[in-house]
Amino acid sequence: MPSRANEVGISVFKARSNNKFKSMNMTRSSRLIASGIAVVLIAGAAMAFAIVWRPVIPAIDPPAPHAFDPALIKRGRDLAAIGNCNECHTVRGGKNFAGGLPVPTPFGTIYSSNITPDAETGIGQWSEAAFRRAMRDGVNRKGEHLYPTFPYDHFTHVSDEDDRALYAFLMTRQPVHAPSRENQISFPLNQRPVIAGWKLLFLRRDSYQPDATKSAEWNRGAYLVEGLAHCGACHTPRNVLGAERKSAQFAGGDVDNWLAYALNDRSHAPVPWDADALYMYLRSGWHPAHGTARGPMAQVVSNLSSVSDSDVRAIAVYMADISGAPTPERKQEGEAALAQARSPSQASQTDTVGATIYVGACASCHETSRPLPYGGVNLALSTAVSSPDPRNLANVVLSGVSAVEGERSPIMPGFADSMDDAQMAALLNYLRARFSKQPAWIGVEKTVAEARRAVTIYHETSAGPRNAPADPTQRDKP
Amino acid sequence: MMTLKVNGREHQVGADPDTPLLYVLRDDLKLNAAKFGCGLGQCGSCAVIVDGKAVLSCITPMVLLEGKQVTTLEGLGSVSEPAPIQRAFIEEQAAQCGYCIPGMMMRAQALLLKNSKPTDAEIRAALEQHLCRCGTHMRILRAVRRAARLMETTDASSTANRSAQ
Repeated sequence: MPSRANEVGISVFKARSNNKFKSMNMTRSSRLIASGIAVVLIAGAAMAFAIVWRPVIPAIDPPAPHAFDPALIKRGRDLAAIGNCNECHTVRGGKNFAGGLPVPTPFGTIYSSNITPDAETGIGQWSEAAFRRAMRDGVNRKGEHLYPTFPYDHFTHVSDEDDRALYAFLMTRQPVHAPSRENQISFPLNQRPVIAGWKLLFLRRDSYQPDATKSAEWNRGAYLVEGLAHCGACHTPRNVLGAERKSAQFAGGDVDNWLAYALNDRSHAPVPWDADALYMYLRSGWHPAHGTARGPMAQVVSNLSSVSDSDVRAIAVYMADISGAPTPERKQEGEAALAQARSPSQASQTDTVGATIYVGACASCHETSRPLPYGGVNLALSTAVSSPDPRNLANVVLSGVSAVEGERSPIMPGFADSMDDAQMAALLNYLRARFSKQPAWIGVEKTVAEARRAVTIYHETSAGPRNAPADPTQRDKP
Repeated sequence: MMTLKVNGREHQVGADPDTPLLYVLRDDLKLNAAKFGCGLGQCGSCAVIVDGKAVLSCITPMVLLEGKQVTTLEGLGSVSEPAPIQRAFIEEQAAQCGYCIPGMMMRAQALLLKNSKPTDAEIRAALEQHLCRCGTHMRILRAVRRAARLMETTDASSTANRSAQ
């Protein structure tokens, strides 16, 4: 590009010196056109360069852990928990924050990076400025654009002082030598400059502004939810270019063959959520009117259980507010679901295969009124059963909910080895018909077969718990 | 009436299709190795093998077993002729009260069927959902490792015998 612009520049110069005897009009117009083209091309090249090029930030010697204020590190730990950093940056069998988790996307598989302070393979040579640039602009220390699987479209809203605390926390972790794995993305998306174009379209640094008409708690929640907690990364649907559709914020998204439920007014939770219920769920991993966190959300609540009450409450208050107060009709449906859950069991009704399986395999936990979290939620209250697609229900029936190591936690046995796809589909169809007010699902058997494949991969790679502890305040782990 | 195949034999069973397999095994067929622990699929003491995979018989209704092969601990070996997994548990004295042990053995057997040389991590992962209140966990782990070795030599000797014939 620059050389082409130069040629045009020279020809403009020639035109100026040699054509003085030609028609004044001709000279002027061709001169104008030529210089116009030159300006556009030079400007275009300069703009493209400015959009794509980012400088290397000089390497530093990894700072000694004692260089950081312990209070700052502690704050960074809480922030890292809110950011759920360990979920993506840890792979099953790998060390904390050492990366290597395969993240499947419609564009290929991207492997998470090593964010331990290892000088060679981690971020040990990153200065705080380099770390802040990665969070704010999605650019690594060497000036390469990062794929937006790293949710910098949210992290761009994190304040300087929170970035400083996160940096202090990460730089004081155990360095782990773990080289990054090659992403599996095809041309042209494997060319990192392409990401600069994506950012031009979708990275908005100014989309979060405090709202003076709302409480400090609400604003704290907004800051966390829209920023570090990046809730929308899973719960907002994405467009064909993989960016969150802001017009459909929190309308539900996909993650690892799970449906991240809609959190806005399109929520399918049988009982509408409110701030108190959200707070309890995010704090403890379960709620009596909603059930137990599992799948990728288990890691989220497991992390949130170690942060301050006030931050979790702020998140709950903000989320409850933006999802809006339930309509009277929704409230009534919620009451009806609660009433159905309290009503005497109809467990003798075994006229179909699905009903028979339910009575023999599920009802002993899910319909005996044993309180949560150790008893199963009555399925009239289950969002999975009322969800627009059967994936989450298939996932949880297949693999169950396994115990959290060393802690008390709800558990559920998996049924992958005792039911074939047709039997499980019969069960899921029965649950849908009996426990939800929603229309029947279509193609459940195919969903079960796909879930069987995906669940296996998820369990082989995800390092996070498939469950959250029952009483996280009792944990002695850091 | 449905036909239930257990340990290679076919049984005509009159139980309702929602009856858990465990009740049929213990009450109708008098096969008492599988134990009733919690009845909720949370302790593992009722585990049996169905078509090569360990399942919890207390939450496996009969309707799921049409045309399938059920194996209980009785089907693996006997007091006079214990199977490798049973020999290994005896030799390591892995049982204290013994209530959880049949389930442990069935789960371990299913593991060794598909993975003849499991790592310690794989053994622990497989037995994760089995509870033992006496605390013989370390002996159980040793017994599973010993069973893997026993099965290897048993297989090797039987293969050797076959090829010698």
